[in-house]
This record gives sequence, C-alpha cells and structure tokens, in this order.
Amino acid sequence: MNNSAPVIEVEGISKIFSGKTVVNRLSLQVERGEIFGFLGPNGSGKTTFLRMLCGLLRPDAGGGRCLGYDLLSEVEKIRSRIGYMAQHFSLYDDLSVRENLDFMARIYAVPKRRQVVAETIEQMGLEPFAGQLAGTLSGGWKQRLALAACLLHQPELLLLDEPTAGVDPMARRDFWEQVYALTAQGISALISTHYMDEAERCNRVAYLAYGDLLTAGTAEEVVSRSGLSTWAASGLDIQELAARLKGVPGIELTIPFGNNLHICGTDSGQLEQSLRPFMSDERFRWQKQETGLEEVFISLMNRQARGGDGSH
Amino acid sequence: MVLTNARFSLRRFWAMICKEFLQMRRDRITFAMLLGIPVMQMVLFGYAINSDPRHLPTAILSADNSVFSRRIVAAMQSSSYFDLVRTVDSEAEAKRVIDNGEVQFVLSIPQQFSSKLVRGKQPALLLTADATDPAATSSALSAFRYFAAEALAGEFRGPLSYLQRQGAPLQVIVHPRFNPEANTRYNIVPGLIGVVLTMTLVIITSLAMTRERERGTMENLLSTPVRPLEVMLGKIIPYIIVGYLQMGFVLLAAHFLFEVPLSGNVLLLLVVSLLFIVANLGVGLTFSTLARKQLQAVQMAIFFFLPSILLSGFMFPFRGMPRWAQWIGEMLPLTHYLRIVRGILLKGNGLAEILPNLWPIALFLLVSLSIGLKRFRKTID
Repeated sequence: MNNSAPVIEVEGISKIFSGKTVVNRLSLQVERGEIFGFLGPNGSGKTTFLRMLCGLLRPDAGGGRCLGYDLLSEVEKIRSRIGYMAQHFSLYDDLSVRENLDFMARIYAVPKRRQVVAETIEQMGLEPFAGQLAGTLSGGWKQRLALAACLLHQPELLLLDEPTAGVDPMARRDFWEQVYALTAQGISALISTHYMDEAERCNRVAYLAYGDLLTAGTAEEVVSRSGLSTWAASGLDIQELAARLKGVPGIELTIPFGNNLHICGTDSGQLEQSLRPFMSDERFRWQKQETGLEEVFISLMNRQARGGDGSH
Repeated sequence: MVLTNARFSLRRFWAMICKEFLQMRRDRITFAMLLGIPVMQMVLFGYAINSDPRHLPTAILSADNSVFSRRIVAAMQSSSYFDLVRTVDSEAEAKRVIDNGEVQFVLSIPQQFSSKLVRGKQPALLLTADATDPAATSSALSAFRYFAAEALAGEFRGPLSYLQRQGAPLQVIVHPRFNPEANTRYNIVPGLIGVVLTMTLVIITSLAMTRERERGTMENLLSTPVRPLEVMLGKIIPYIIVGYLQMGFVLLAAHFLFEVPLSGNVLLLLVVSLLFIVANLGVGLTFSTLARKQLQAVQMAIFFFLPSILLSGFMFPFRGMPRWAQWIGEMLPLTHYLRIVRGILLKGNGLAEILPNLWPIALFLLVSLSIGLKRFRKTID
C-alpha cells in the first residue's frame, strides 16, 4: 500500500437511524501517522462515524476507504488492521487482565501469542494486575488494558472513542504519551474527545455537531478560518458584565473562564468599538488575546443552532 | 501484519470456546445453577402428581365374537376412560401398538370366553397396560374391573339368571407393562433429563448472549475479525457439553439412587439427545436476540419453560389433558423428547419406535435455529 495515501478517506458518508440523520454526508481525510481529533457535543454522531469506519455499522449513503480498503466490501480486511476502543469498557469484567489479552490475541490470530501478550503486559505496565479480574481495575487501568487489547495485533490505525472520559489527569497524560509513542512508530489515530486540551494535542481536528461536519483542519487553520477576534476581561463581576454585553452589536458570544470573560466577534473593528465604553470600568482589566478552539467550537454551535449553514 | 482471510477460522472459534468456559467457571451462581438444578429437581419430583386421565386410546384383540364380549366392548366405549381406536389381529400387533405408544391399553378377549362364562367358569379378560406412567393408567384400570362386571350383569337374565348368584362372573387380569410396580419414579426420573436440559439450556444460552450485549462487550467483539458464526458456535458448544454432563448426572442418579431399570440403548439416547439439546439452544439464541437485558432473557425463558413443563406430559399425564392443551404440547420439543426418553429407557425402544417423535424435534430444531441465526445476524448490523 502506498505510504502517502490517506488512512481514512470518506466521501459523503451518511447514517440514518429511524428517520433521524445521525451522520450527514460527511467527507473527511486522515493522513498516515497523524493524530486526528474528533470533537462535538454528545449525540453529534462521533461514535456512529467511528462505528462505520470499523464496520460495526453500514453507511446508508456514501462510502470511502479505510487503510486503502473499501468500507462497504472489505470490512474484514479493515477489521484485522485497526484497533477500535469503544466508549465504554468492553472487555470482560470476569476475565483477568492476562485472560482478556489472551482472548483478543487469539481472536486476531496473533502469531507467537504468549510472547506478544507477555510483552504487551510489560510495555503497558500491567504486570502487577496481570492475574486480577478486569472488572476490579480502576478507571485509568481499565483504559490502559483496553488500549493494550487493541494494540496486540499491531494495527495501522487506532479508532479511540472518548478514551479518556472519566479518567484522572495523571492517567490522561500517560495515555497521551502512549499515543504519541505509537504515532511515532507510524500508527495513525482517530480520537474522539470532549477535552479542549486534548484537541490541542492533535495534529488536526474536526468538529461535528448533530451529524454535520462544521470544520476540520489544524488548530491554527480552524481558528483563522473562523475569523473570530477575542478580548478577555478579568475581574470579579464578570457575570454582570456578561449580562450587560448581551445584544451589543459586534459581540457574537461571551464565555466565562473562572475570573475571565472571553468576548468574541467576527468583525474585530466593530467588536473593539462596542467594547470601548465598557473599558472605562475600572473593575476589569482588558486584554486582546488569541482565539482558542473552544471559542470557535461554541460559535460554530451557536451559528448552527440559529439555522446558519455552518459554512466551513 | 496478520492475515485472517479465511471464512471460518478454527482458531477464533477455539478462542470463543475457551473464553466461554473461563467465564462459566468464574460465574459461580450460574455454575451452581447448572449443577444445582438437576439435584433440586430430582429431590422435588421424587413425589408424583396424580390425576385422573380419561379417553385413553385402547385397542381390542378379540378371539371371541359373542354378545358378552360385544357388551363389554360397548361398556368400555361408553365409559369416558377408554377410547377404542382400533382392533388388532394378533399378539404381535398388540405388542407393537403398545410399544410405539399408539395405545395405552390392549384388551384381549380369549377364545371360548362366552362358553366359559355361561358355564360359570369365571373366564379371564386380559388388559395389557402401558404403565410407564402409572398415574395415567391406575384409575382407568380400577374403573374397568367395575364396569366389566356391571355390563355383563345386564345380560344375566332369564335362563342365565343363575349366573347372577354366583358372584364375580369373570376375572380381569391386568398386565402392566414396562413399570409393573407402578413406581412413579420410573416415569419421573427419566423425564427429568428433558426438563433439566430445557430449563438450563434455554436460560443459559439466552443469558450468555444477552450478557455480551448488555455489558457492551459485543461491540468490542464485533469490531474484531471474528465472524458471527464463530461467536455463536463458540457460545453454543460449551453448553452442549454442559447439557451432556447434566444428562449423565441424571442418568447415573436414576440408575444408582432411584434404581430405575435402564432397559434400552443408552447410546441411542445420547445420540438423539443432541437434536433436543440443539433445539433448546436455538430457542435460547432466539430469545437472546429479542432481549435487551439479561432479566428479559430470563423472563422469556420462563415463558417457554412453563408450558414445556406443564403441557409436555412431565407433570400431568399427556392423555389426561384437554385437547387444546395436547395440541400446544405437541408443538413443544420436550413433549416428544419425554416420549423418546421413556421409550428408550423404560420400554427398550429402538430407532424405529422413536422415529415418530424424533422428526418433530428435528423440525423444531430447524425452525428455532434458523430464526435464531437470522435474528442474530440482524442484531449485528
């Protein structure tokens, strides 16, 4: 297979569940060796999209290729080359760590199974728990086990569905280190997440809301394409300030971050002009700052909710 | 790079089997259930439930065509206990219709019955009974002694009135076949094989599958190259083995604890039981595709199990049930399996005699397994 070809290449892919469009004509490319972040609110179709990629669901329209194999007709080949980690822990609670890995290795017909399982246990630091039932592990270790289970057969692509949900910050950091190490070996990863800091760790991100792909690209591309300018006001009464800023022309959205209020608008001149009267208020310190992914995503959501076309 | 292009992989299939056994061993309650149910039922059903079945199919072997014998036959017909379904011409034919379960009784009227009767020699009537289930025959037998004498009394008029004074004009010899001591355990204990298999296999298979879905492990499994058929067979085969273990257990207990005579070919029983076991697994599989939660799977299994145990002839003599209940009973695999088990173990039936009850099980198997497979495929998409 051509090494420069994208690992995922889908065109106009759709899924409809009983009349409701869950994924709407989605087109996307993921390059080899990159970490691609998939963001969007709950129910936006992230999981459905991942399930279509690994052949758990058949697309109702559109199609594409995953690792060079056709999504509709070569599901078997795709399955043996990807590692899919479902949103919820989906290994067997009543099997031990070693037994779970052993089972998965057999299912994937991994050669030198015992050796591979032993090595994986060692690499993932699972040795102290090898004989423990998976159901008794803590959240972080369960997630590590799940990741180990989808690495046994040396997949070329990882599809990870909210892998760090409900995992403590330390375990999350460890997890990302593992992912970086894997992509350094040439494995690609598609990761869905709700965490903005994780989105910023990805090479590229896509934002999906209610089935529609609203934007995709590197963080810088996504931010610059949004055309948003951001001011931050810091002080103690930002709630009151936010209320007063409602409906002021040029202000598209305000987002509180602790004692900071981020104020965004697409027309930077208009935004600055509208904010000038408020800047005389001595309770707040004002500062122009770079727009982050979070502001972009919230503004995209708002635009889509207002019936905008969510143009990329 | 791992290549797994084969349609059906024995390795993956074996992986499923190993996993199922591991899980079976871990799940203490299920394991206890698999072993405990046969024990519990064996203890509980040591007692029999009696009832008063009527309209039992009866054949007549008459070597004496006289007014007296016709009178007795007429009396049998008018009683609600016996339904005369046919006449037979020889001892051999009489034996055959009892062996294959076509009739419950054969009434043999010997030669010179009427002349002996008129001479006051108290001739004997032979009533041969299929007594595998003593509950089914006992009340009919006692009723027969009474109304046979009663029917003849009406004929003893005029010149024959002297016979009235003589006491019993005839003897009724009852020949209970297969279970001469009317031991209800002989009937119940072999039947338990079928009941235990139905109960545990339907419940456990429907649970095993539903559990994968409820715990979300099915999603993981299906994202791997494993094929539906491998998953399904991998789940079914361990339970076939469990089914045979249960059977062996009941058979041993029947033989050593309850001293049930095992007169038939046990090997034949083991072979035909495979059909019955798989038929039940098919039901369990179908339920597992319908149930979203394990609790629902159990509820559905009970829904199947209750009519099976009540209408199959295990609890109550089949022929004592109303017609509609018999129809339902005929549709259940347990009904036919009970006849096979009792036929083989108590009557020493061979393949030819059990054939009429074998094909309904095979048919049920085909239907249940194909519905199960079809629905199972659907849940995967």
